[in-house]
Amino acid sequence: MSPARNSPHLAILDARGLVKRFGRVTALDGADFELRPGEVLGVIGDNGAGKSTLIKVLSGALAPDAGDVRFNGKPVSFRNPLDARSAGIETVYQDLAVSPSLDIAENLFLGRERRAPGIMGTVFRRLDREGMHREARKRMSELGILTVTDFYQTVETLSGGQRQAVAVARAAVFGSRVIIMDEPTAALGVNEAARVLDLIRTVRDRGTPIVLVSHNMPHVWEVADRIHVHRLGKRAAVIRPSTHSMTDGVALMTGAMAPGDADGAAD
Amino acid sequence: MLQRLHHYLHRHPTAAPGIVLALAVMVFGLLAGNRFLQPFNLSLVLQQVTIIGMLGVAQTLIILTAGIDLSVGAIMVLSSVVMGRLAVDFGWPPVISLILGLLVGVACGLANGVIVTRLRLPPFIVTLGTWNVFLALNLWYSRSQTIRAQDIEGAASLLQWTGRTIQVVGARFTVGSVLMVLLFGVVWYALTWTAWGKHVYATGDDRNAAELCGVRTDRVLVSVYTVAGLICAFAAWALIGRIGSVSPQAGLTANLDSITAVVIGGTSLFGGRGSVVGTLVGALIVGILRNGLALSGVELLWQEFAVGLLIIVAVALDQWIRRV
Repeated sequence: MSPARNSPHLAILDARGLVKRFGRVTALDGADFELRPGEVLGVIGDNGAGKSTLIKVLSGALAPDAGDVRFNGKPVSFRNPLDARSAGIETVYQDLAVSPSLDIAENLFLGRERRAPGIMGTVFRRLDREGMHREARKRMSELGILTVTDFYQTVETLSGGQRQAVAVARAAVFGSRVIIMDEPTAALGVNEAARVLDLIRTVRDRGTPIVLVSHNMPHVWEVADRIHVHRLGKRAAVIRPSTHSMTDGVALMTGAMAPGDADGAAD
Repeated sequence: MLQRLHHYLHRHPTAAPGIVLALAVMVFGLLAGNRFLQPFNLSLVLQQVTIIGMLGVAQTLIILTAGIDLSVGAIMVLSSVVMGRLAVDFGWPPVISLILGLLVGVACGLANGVIVTRLRLPPFIVTLGTWNVFLALNLWYSRSQTIRAQDIEGAASLLQWTGRTIQVVGARFTVGSVLMVLLFGVVWYALTWTAWGKHVYATGDDRNAAELCGVRTDRVLVSVYTVAGLICAFAAWALIGRIGSVSPQAGLTANLDSITAVVIGGTSLFGGRGSVVGTLVGALIVGILRNGLALSGVELLWQEFAVGLLIIVAVALDQWIRRV
């Protein structure tokens, strides 16, 4: 049973008072963050507000100067993205961490390949290529992203949306507990973006909470359950798409509306 | 039509060099006739490309990671000098001399890999430096002297074993050329069927992406340079078999020739794309071209000219194929 049952506010990933300075620039100035089980949390903020620094701290790419991060209620300090990943936090980066000349299944299993059974696997370290392709096909069709038929196709021959799907599938397939997505729709056309948003919903409905960082307000308002508004290195407000309009969101982001005015902010 | 060809070549990177090889064989078959197509002559080509082919395997591994190794020839010569000196001048058992020679290759490759990853310098610069360092060590250790073939034959015939010939219906294969083909097979398997191979491709493709996917690219790079060093030392053994003696002056153009074989074989200098099979074909293309031109009575200098043109055409073709 998920702990969310008895205490709905127990966060799966949260941070308090994060500070990160780069020389004289303070990118994070006592920022808080909270992701709850089973939700899509949008993160919006103006350029330079410190969003990407926040995401890098959460995904282990940067160590904060102060403040603490808790994952499932336990304090954690990730030294690098691999640390975070082995704990169950997968990040899908804007510039798509895929290897173009490898095929789809090879990309899905990159860094966690499976070896063939028996002596071929143990002595000759032969990969279980068929097994990995079968698994990739199964998992991707579960996620409803089986739009490609040939899993031996190299990723560079895929469209932007399909590549994004591979990157998301990488994160979603291997039982990660939190997925952070940095601008997943930025480089995509309208239809492809819609498909990625569907995918985000599917992954959430299968129980994996998602942090969605995006500049695209309509996309955030379409899929997010709650929205974290970042401004001047801290969390300015947390709002819900049902109670706040995009205009409110932009006003909070730019400081035109004070957080206190955001009545009915998500608790 | 052109688009379909483009697509096909994109998916099968060794197809283009394969076609060129077939064309070259046909053209010289017509030009030089029977002399060219005799099994003896064709097996001679295989012997001639043994050294370059082996170094080409090492070079392919490194170029797949988007690097380049200018020191492969120097590692080979240094290893061969160590093998020869230990066995002949110091009278060590041939097996021990051979193994220590191979270890020298491993050490050189390891040095390259560690410098590339730790100091984060471009491989071009690192191996340009170590090329000079290894050549200097080679001149120092060999005292710039050649070890004569007779002396090796007397003291350590094991070192010349790779030059032994095997007759098969008119064709003459050396042990060295058989070893080269085996080496291609082993490295092909490692690149296509093991996780390490996938990591080599991923590292060359996009190092940051590979790192984010959990591939420890530094380790991959160090292992690639080290394996390349070992392969160069194997090439040293084949070199002694081929020329019989040990000369500190041998294989001076081998660096560039190995890069030529890789490039003509369709492996991209930008990393992540290509295969050792292509390199074998590339080495054979150069071998066939030289052999065929020589049999057709073309002077050596025009052979060089032709190889030069071929390199440019091959890279231009690669650029075109890369565009998806």
